[in-house]
Amino acid sequence: MAGEVPNLEASKLTALVVDDNFVNQSVHHKLLDRLGIKNDVVSNGQEAVDVHCSGRNYDLILMDMDMPIMNGIQATRRLREMGIESKIAGVTTRAEEEEVKEFMEAGLNDFQEKPLTISKLVSILHNLELYVQT
Amino acid sequence: MQRQVALIKQSLFDQGYLDEQFIELEELQDDANPNFVEEVATLYFKDSARLISNIEQALERGSFDFNRLDNYMHQFKGSSTSIGASKVKTECTMFREYCRVGNAEGFLTIPYLRRVQMFEDFQATEERARNVEKEA
Repeated sequence: MAGEVPNLEASKLTALVVDDNFVNQSVHHKLLDRLGIKNDVVSNGQEAVDVHCSGRNYDLILMDMDMPIMNGIQATRRLREMGIESKIAGVTTRAEEEEVKEFMEAGLNDFQEKPLTISKLVSILHNLELYVQT
Repeated sequence: MQRQVALIKQSLFDQGYLDEQFIELEELQDDANPNFVEEVATLYFKDSARLISNIEQALERGSFDFNRLDNYMHQFKGSSTSIGASKVKTECTMFREYCRVGNAEGFLTIPYLRRVQMFEDFQATEERARNVEKEA
């Protein structure tokens, strides 16, 4: 991996990882940590909704698609219905056009195919104008 | 000793057991988290053992719930992708194709071989990765 890893600690960005897979949770959490972004982790769409109901808010939500109880599409729709305006980036191994379209239409701001890497995350932040390279 | 570790690791990549995602994880390791790779790998092995056990049970039951099998495979593929376990990921993809076909007759013979292959690849990946850790 070439180049420097940007440090966004000063920007005080916060993020929420929504994924049912423990390995993914661990990796995504560490990727965000490495970029200096404080983040919480939940295991499914319902928990993502609940955490917002309790009053928490995040600049960025990394939303997995396939999760039990409430999946990424349902959760994204629900959060938008609730008036949550955070940037939501869909992150999934599914990349078929139809599925991506449905996910985007649920209310995503961006989409990335797994596996997540530092450069993909930076790309998300850049696309969502949460990070501007100087 | 260091050279030996480097050689083992290189062979893991050359033989397609690991891909560049594993390198990505290694680069996340730092002074604040000096055991990151080991921790994630351990998590992966535990999670995978659970999934493989579920898959075995589902197959032994005889009546194939393809949705459930596909679900387990999807999870297994997901974590394999995140850690860079390339061969296992490929096996999961193939296995899911058979689930998608949902043909009980064809499914009975082929998935057994795929299952064996998948498990062997997984065990090989685990063993080699653990050896790398031990040497390091």
